[in-house]
Amino acid sequence: MYGALWRILPGPWWVRLFLLLMLIAAVLAACLYFVFPWLNGFINVTDVTVDG
Amino acid sequence: MVGTNKRARQAAPHRRASVISVLGELLITAGVFVFLFLGWQLWLNDLVLGAEQQDEALSLSEQLGAAAETTEPAPEGAEPGEPVITLASAENERFATIFIPRFGADYARTVAEGISPSTVLKDNIGHYPGSQMPGEIGNFAVAGHRTTWGAPFNQIATLELGDKIYVQTADGWYTYVYRSSEYVLPTGTGVIAPVPQAPNVAPTDRIMTMTSCNPMLSDAERIIAYAVFESWQPASAGAPAELAQSGA
Repeated sequence: MYGALWRILPGPWWVRLFLLLMLIAAVLAACLYFVFPWLNGFINVTDVTVDG
Repeated sequence: MVGTNKRARQAAPHRRASVISVLGELLITAGVFVFLFLGWQLWLNDLVLGAEQQDEALSLSEQLGAAAETTEPAPEGAEPGEPVITLASAENERFATIFIPRFGADYARTVAEGISPSTVLKDNIGHYPGSQMPGEIGNFAVAGHRTTWGAPFNQIATLELGDKIYVQTADGWYTYVYRSSEYVLPTGTGVIAPVPQAPNVAPTDRIMTMTSCNPMLSDAERIIAYAVFESWQPASAGAPAELAQSGA
């Protein structure tokens, strides 16, 4: 899967590496700003209150 | 050597990725994703939310202070005496800021009415509805997260005897002094009674109760921290000396 991705990317190895790093950065940013906050809504919050 | 390798690799046809290898890579990716999420939830997001909550608390503190300047000034040289009690707020309305130097010299958080996790506690310390207001005889009871959601009470277990807890409302500054902690089950509502753990006794003291989860990352138990009221000064007198020095 990742091998195929490496082959699909154009250019010499250093261009591929650069593109790959940009891709990773984009995925990470999408996770931090959209996916994780959305996911967090489904995670049970630990209760901090006392109740009957 | 390198050259022959390279030639050999270029000559060899690319093997089709097998189902197993794709599955393996997907599983590894999923594992990395889970660890990234945990790192975000338990550390990075807490830093971000904590800083946001602190900024909001400082601007609320300024608003409360500014509101005080427009109200009647305290009589010159008068003893602060009996604390003025702020009126109860509407659900989810921010009415106070809490400063706890033990949690950090610049630690400040907002207090809003209510204890709903989805609306109040996600970005405030929550005030138990029906419990007393700051400075009132009885129990000013609040709840806050110990982990995640900015974790306002992350360091609740580090409080030491004599630590000051400053509560600011539009009316003034209420100073509480940390007294003790205890651990109770989630059903232990006695801790927010006007006299903690003595539900049927009429209160004579001014107590503050903080509740959070225990152990960290679990909600099997609750950690409770009690503080007793020490002094009050009207908003016109400004922040208590310890906070004024730290520039709050």
